[in-house]
Amino acid sequence: MTGTALPQTTLRPRHVVAGVAVLVAGVLLSVLLGAAELGWRRVLAEIVAQLTGGVSPLSEREAAILWFLRVPRVVLAVLVGAALAVSGAAFQGVFRNPLADPYLLGAASGAGLAVTVVLTSVPQPGTSVPVQAAAFAGALGGVGLTWVVGRSAGRETATLVLAGVAVGAFLTAAQTFVQQLRVESLQQVYMWILGRLTTTGWREVLIVLPYLVVSAVVLCACARLLDLLGTGDEEAAALGVHPGRVRFLVLVAASLATAAAVSTAGLIGFVGLVVPHLVRLGMGGSFRIIVPMSLLFGGAFLVFADMLARTLLAPAEIPIGVITAFTGAPFFAALLHRRRA
Amino acid sequence: MTGFRRLATLMLAVLALLVGVTSCATRPRSETPAPADDPAAAFPVKVELPGQPPVTLPQQPKRIVSLSPTATETLFAIGAGDQVVAVDQYSDFPPEAPRTDLTSFTADAATIGGHNPDLVIAPDSAAPLAEGLAAAQVPTLLTPAAKDLDEAYRQIEVLGQATGHTREAAELVARMRAEIDEIVRDTPKPPEPLTYYHEVSPDHYTATSQSFVGNVYSLFGLQNIADPAGGDFPQLSEEHIVQANPDLIFVSDVECCQVTAASVGQRPGWDTLDAVREGRVFELDDDVAGRWGPRVVDLVRAIADGVTKAQQG
Repeated sequence: MTGTALPQTTLRPRHVVAGVAVLVAGVLLSVLLGAAELGWRRVLAEIVAQLTGGVSPLSEREAAILWFLRVPRVVLAVLVGAALAVSGAAFQGVFRNPLADPYLLGAASGAGLAVTVVLTSVPQPGTSVPVQAAAFAGALGGVGLTWVVGRSAGRETATLVLAGVAVGAFLTAAQTFVQQLRVESLQQVYMWILGRLTTTGWREVLIVLPYLVVSAVVLCACARLLDLLGTGDEEAAALGVHPGRVRFLVLVAASLATAAAVSTAGLIGFVGLVVPHLVRLGMGGSFRIIVPMSLLFGGAFLVFADMLARTLLAPAEIPIGVITAFTGAPFFAALLHRRRA
Repeated sequence: MTGFRRLATLMLAVLALLVGVTSCATRPRSETPAPADDPAAAFPVKVELPGQPPVTLPQQPKRIVSLSPTATETLFAIGAGDQVVAVDQYSDFPPEAPRTDLTSFTADAATIGGHNPDLVIAPDSAAPLAEGLAAAQVPTLLTPAAKDLDEAYRQIEVLGQATGHTREAAELVARMRAEIDEIVRDTPKPPEPLTYYHEVSPDHYTATSQSFVGNVYSLFGLQNIADPAGGDFPQLSEEHIVQANPDLIFVSDVECCQVTAASVGQRPGWDTLDAVREGRVFELDDDVAGRWGPRVVDLVRAIADGVTKAQQG
């Protein structure tokens, strides 16, 4: 296997500043705008009042809308976007395949099957807890099954990807079968697949946060190793890195982050595929840049997407998966085109 | 004997002609043919629902398969229950309806043909199924979702015609009209129009005034907070619901999704709503709120109770 040269680029302060600036701008805009017309000046005044202990300009109901409905949702968007983008970056690194995404190894189909089973059998739970638990377990189960099938067939990474395709197809077929047994759950399953960022206050944020923190720390720490893997397994081994162990560790961390995101937000496509690419195209090809910057830009991307989902047809909502595909795909295509020209 | 029979037939024919002529002379022809004592005599009959192809029934159907829960309720209410041999798995009312595993989404013509039906009634989404059944010479009546009460009444009347129960259907419609009029009349009118939110699913799918159920609310002059969202069943932003602070909240996702008045009050931010604080969150029967059959009277009654309670403070 011939290796490519190690990417020389390292993370520069201006990259971080740009990422943080975009994220903060997205969060701020998202908090100011929403289906409820609170007035952006009053929202700003409310934030200042909360920080300085001043008098709130909002009514009790308006304050509840801001702090229990809007802000948790904005924070959740940041976390889910960050989780999906950083997992995407990790999967692309492990498989040395730019088309890898967080759902590659059966995470989406596993979660889809588990959620469908819950939605059709419980018959729909009053709280979202069983659905979230099922999504989380299903995502991990799907990845686990892919791992078992893949390892039994060989140790090539390509084998793992093919196993993921087979497991995904099988689980999706199983999901369709279960769905046919109780067709009235079609709409709920469908909505879940398109993704949604509805919260029940701050609970969802607290569910995702620990998984994201652990995964982000592990993946950022492994970023240099992903660069080494990119040079080829033999060269990595020659440099004292155990490729198999690194891959396993990164896959576990990325799968955990994916499962946490899927469990609260359903299947939001395109973030994990597009964001790492945008970072790579704009800032450089080293995973020491791609992994941490995907966290920031993934969060920002989903915050902007959710803002559109909440406001474009207000007071009606648009499924966020529709927005991410609608905005992400053309943008991505344009960028690829420009880069080629 | 043969001569007598022929004479009798001839006299009957003349009589019928006379009746027809005189009725033409004295009053405008009613839209539906006058019910005969023997329902079978009304056949063959051609029935038609708005937007659907007409269906001709050569004789009174004796083996009906209903894949529409609304149609099932109507068939039993107009006395056609004895003719129903199979209904789909969602036709849970009345309890004596012969439920099967069939659904209008998954059933194919061959499976339904196994019940040997001479009339199939299905939602209008089952058009491909109707094509398959047409090839097997089984008449299929596709029933679209009613947009308002008048369309619901029309559907009941057509089901009456199709099954040989024209008179009972007309009586049922007259009874429903009278009861609904009475309930609406007896419900105190609010000095200012009350606003309401009708929840279809916990992720805030709702029904606007354009939908059938929204049309029923309009009988009481209620204003729907979902109307700005447009369409029939939009997904409403939770922020909008809380800001709109509807006077009345009706949840019709009780059975499907275990939403209750109590659980609505526990949603973050919803405890600031007047309807929650003053006990004006009402649990509807999911099925009654989702169908346009005879039990719509129960829905009207439930809404009337809510409107009344809102004005008793």
